[in-house]
Amino acid sequence: MGPSDSSSSILSADRWKRKGAGRGADSLFAFLAGGCGVLVLLALAYMVISTTRTALPAFRAEGLSFVTGSNWDPSNGSYQILPFIYGTVVTSVIALILAVPMSVGVALFLTEYAPKWLRAPIEYAVDLLAAVPSVVYGLWGLWVVLPYVLRPVSDFLARYLGFVPIFAGPSTGLSYFAAGIILSIMITPIITSLSREIFRSVPSADRHAAYALGATRWEMIKEAVLPRSRGGVVGATMLGLGRALGETIVVAMLIGNNPVINLSIFKPGGSIAGAIANGWGEATGIQISALVGAGVVLFVITIIVNMVARAIVYRFNRA
Amino acid sequence: MTAEVQVVDGPEVTSRLDNWAGARATSGAGLRGTRPGARRLLRDRSMTFLIVASVVLTLVPVIWILAQILMKGGSAMSWTFLTHSTPFSMMKQGGGFLNGLIGTAIMVVLASVVSIPLGILGAVYVVEYGKGNWLAKLIRFFSDVMTGVPSIFVGVFVYTALVVKFKYGAIMGAASLALIMMPIIVRSSEEMLKLVPSELKDASHALGAAKWQTITKVVLPSAAPGLTTGAMLAVARAAGETAPLIMTALGSLQLVTKLAGSPISSLTLLILNGAGQAFEAAQARAWAGALELLVIVLVFTVLARVFASRSRLTR
Amino acid sequence: MIVRSKRRGLVAVLAVALLLVAVLGMVAVGCGGNNVAAGSTTTAAASTSTTGTSTSVGATTTSAVGLKAELNGAGATFPQPVYVEWIGAFQQIQPDVKINYQGVGSGAGIQQFTQQTVDFGASDAFMKPDEITAAEAARAGAKVIHIPTVFGAIVLAYNLPGVEGLKLDSDAVANIFLGKITKWDDPAIKALNPDAKLPSTAIQTVHRSDSSGTTNAFTSYLAAVNADWKAGPGAGKEIKWTGGVGGKGNDGVAAVVKQTEGAIGYVELAYATQNKMTMADVKNKSGKFITPSLESTSAAAEGIQIPEDMNLLPLVSDSANPQAYPIVTSTYVLAYDKMPDAGKAAALKAFLTWALGDDGTAIATQLGYAPLPSALKDAALQKVALIGS
Repeated sequence: MGPSDSSSSILSADRWKRKGAGRGADSLFAFLAGGCGVLVLLALAYMVISTTRTALPAFRAEGLSFVTGSNWDPSNGSYQILPFIYGTVVTSVIALILAVPMSVGVALFLTEYAPKWLRAPIEYAVDLLAAVPSVVYGLWGLWVVLPYVLRPVSDFLARYLGFVPIFAGPSTGLSYFAAGIILSIMITPIITSLSREIFRSVPSADRHAAYALGATRWEMIKEAVLPRSRGGVVGATMLGLGRALGETIVVAMLIGNNPVINLSIFKPGGSIAGAIANGWGEATGIQISALVGAGVVLFVITIIVNMVARAIVYRFNRA
Repeated sequence: MTAEVQVVDGPEVTSRLDNWAGARATSGAGLRGTRPGARRLLRDRSMTFLIVASVVLTLVPVIWILAQILMKGGSAMSWTFLTHSTPFSMMKQGGGFLNGLIGTAIMVVLASVVSIPLGILGAVYVVEYGKGNWLAKLIRFFSDVMTGVPSIFVGVFVYTALVVKFKYGAIMGAASLALIMMPIIVRSSEEMLKLVPSELKDASHALGAAKWQTITKVVLPSAAPGLTTGAMLAVARAAGETAPLIMTALGSLQLVTKLAGSPISSLTLLILNGAGQAFEAAQARAWAGALELLVIVLVFTVLARVFASRSRLTR
Repeated sequence: MIVRSKRRGLVAVLAVALLLVAVLGMVAVGCGGNNVAAGSTTTAAASTSTTGTSTSVGATTTSAVGLKAELNGAGATFPQPVYVEWIGAFQQIQPDVKINYQGVGSGAGIQQFTQQTVDFGASDAFMKPDEITAAEAARAGAKVIHIPTVFGAIVLAYNLPGVEGLKLDSDAVANIFLGKITKWDDPAIKALNPDAKLPSTAIQTVHRSDSSGTTNAFTSYLAAVNADWKAGPGAGKEIKWTGGVGGKGNDGVAAVVKQTEGAIGYVELAYATQNKMTMADVKNKSGKFITPSLESTSAAAEGIQIPEDMNLLPLVSDSANPQAYPIVTSTYVLAYDKMPDAGKAAALKAFLTWALGDDGTAIATQLGYAPLPSALKDAALQKVALIGS
């Protein structure tokens, strides 16, 4: 990494002193960083607060049944969004269940198993998944995955495990499951690339120590890599979950847009983002409030999930 | 110290450890006479299998989507496609997505220029300066909340707050994209900055560096690959977004380069529009546009990673 | 040294980025401006129809030579292909009139028209009284004008291998979508199709999930012909459906119908034709089973009593004309009679006048849309003349 002559080496203290290491510059930089933080905060907070205010009429009109009731019928003045909440949560859970093991597996492969020549191509292949626009995911899901993968799989599962309510009934194609699978592919690159950075940051000394004590590779991973990475991987998963919760186009195309709660994942349902996207053009007055309120409820869900995640990480780090 | 390993019945395990992980598990002392029992070996092998399987399974959609895009869009892709705007027709062949390309470029660049520095510096504040004070907690809280916001919701917000007053425009589109990008960048940068070992920072301070010098010359370069990853994920997300742009940029048949006051197109809007048309010509153009967007984002991501890895402090 | 290489890296990225922007800029200026030319150098058949009629166009638009304006419109997706083609052809005659139209849905089109974020709107559905009030309140002293442009048919596309030319009547359609008829071999359907081999597959209904003028026309028809429907879901751009799945856009509905055996959904005629979907023949008011087509669509618009406000749907839907297909939709361009910018008003007037003329009509039929019959066309042109008055 360059010549280590005495005047420019990082080890040379003169270097720091020469480059204007005033303490005044320090507070300036602190101010700059803080200022950016404040700007970010203002932008995000303004959005949260302003939209919450827009949503208040709907909350007042419906009260608690806004989030606990299932009757979404704007033309008759009923604004109850539980089916949308349910659909959003179910599709995101499906996406996470499928994506997290895959992503962590790929990240581990890239850092622990892959020979050098294989690392770059696989990284770029994963980057490709991130580069695909969401519209294309929706179309690919609708025209390719739905007939050739989802139908056979859901028909199979419905036939043999149909007695379990979540797998029941003939598949309607457009369903929670369809949206969930495509979402899982969409969030994989997020979790993979961030987890990869986290695994890579584990010092090799820890790895070597494990090997030196006779560990197999998997044991080394289990003892040296995974424990220190839990917090970061949970953070990466939260970002992936955020993407799944917030995806609009793919879910609107694939979930079937039926504002009811269906227990079976092979049946259609509704999602918050889809409800907003579909209903926005038609909405007036209190329906606008209700749709914006659905978005605000999503904020609350995200807060709760993130708090739970941070609590889990905290518990791990203490143990 | 090389192959003096006295592992009875298991040379292939050791040599693979050597080759693959690059770890020199050859310090003799601990391994002499120890070999993993059959059950441990089985577990190790089955985990290896599962991990390789997950890689293969993840590669399947990659290849599939790429094949689909190439198959459907290949016929419409040409130099003409890259350099001409949409023909005013759904049924005629030819023309291209230049107006969308320019729109995407303008809006993504504008959004990135605002959100990446703000986001990274905001994360720097939270990790290095904030130390759990109220401002840092608030920043973290709102970033958390906003990571899950539906993109249409951001579009709705920018529409009611800005578009109704200032009409559609590239800046409006960029604003909605920036609002989507910022939480991602703040959150991921926070995680990446936390990974910088404190020994590095302590060493820097020990040499007399001021805090800002430590951050700019040690912490940021050290975390650069991770920060780039986070930024690239955000950029890829912004380049691929459609819903918020419908409400802020609207889309345009014309080639627009104005920053404000005039609706502007984007590749994603053109793809969404074209793919839903009845006519084959429009659909083929949409898939070619998807290919174009994919290649651009991929190339940009790769370039960014290459440049970032040059400044890695470790390895 | 780390720092130096990072700096170099950043400089390099910036340089590449600037270069890309410069290249794009040059390309845009050089080639992009010719997007009209690019579109017209292809498919000979379509381009001759525009250039070949330039003489007659000159006759109708002599007063509109050399207009310059930028217009933005948004609304219905149903007429989007026609409007886009019209815009392209018109831009060759008046190169400085740059019109942009985006298909965002009838509902959103009305909304944006009311909020003054676009210059003109477009909707399949006639604006409701409260929508008109809101729009007129938003622009002082102005009145909303509905200008009909084309007609279209809404077909029932279905997926039943081996069953061609399925015949349905209004009650059957209503009961299928109400969920009362659940299997294809139901007696009601069998009675209408005595010779067809109807399987006992379950019926999967598909509707539109987004706010849509197509839905409005379809449900208006059902509400007019079926009492249960009127009492139940009723008419509207978005209604509460009994069961079924919601696809996004015509293509979403088409995708589900094509992939699901036993599915039935409603789509535009142009869409169904282009995608070679099987359509049902629907019984009209006179008792005949009519196959959806341009001719049967136009027949629905023949000889109607033209209302002053142009609210045509109640008149063309379930038409009494024996040749008419019963489920048709009209579509409107929404404009104000007062436009703040005289240049924009003149441009919009010229464009709509041209579009309703022979050249525009020829393009519409080519794309699969039914043009207005002559009496209605004259009435529409009178409305156009009100713009900017």
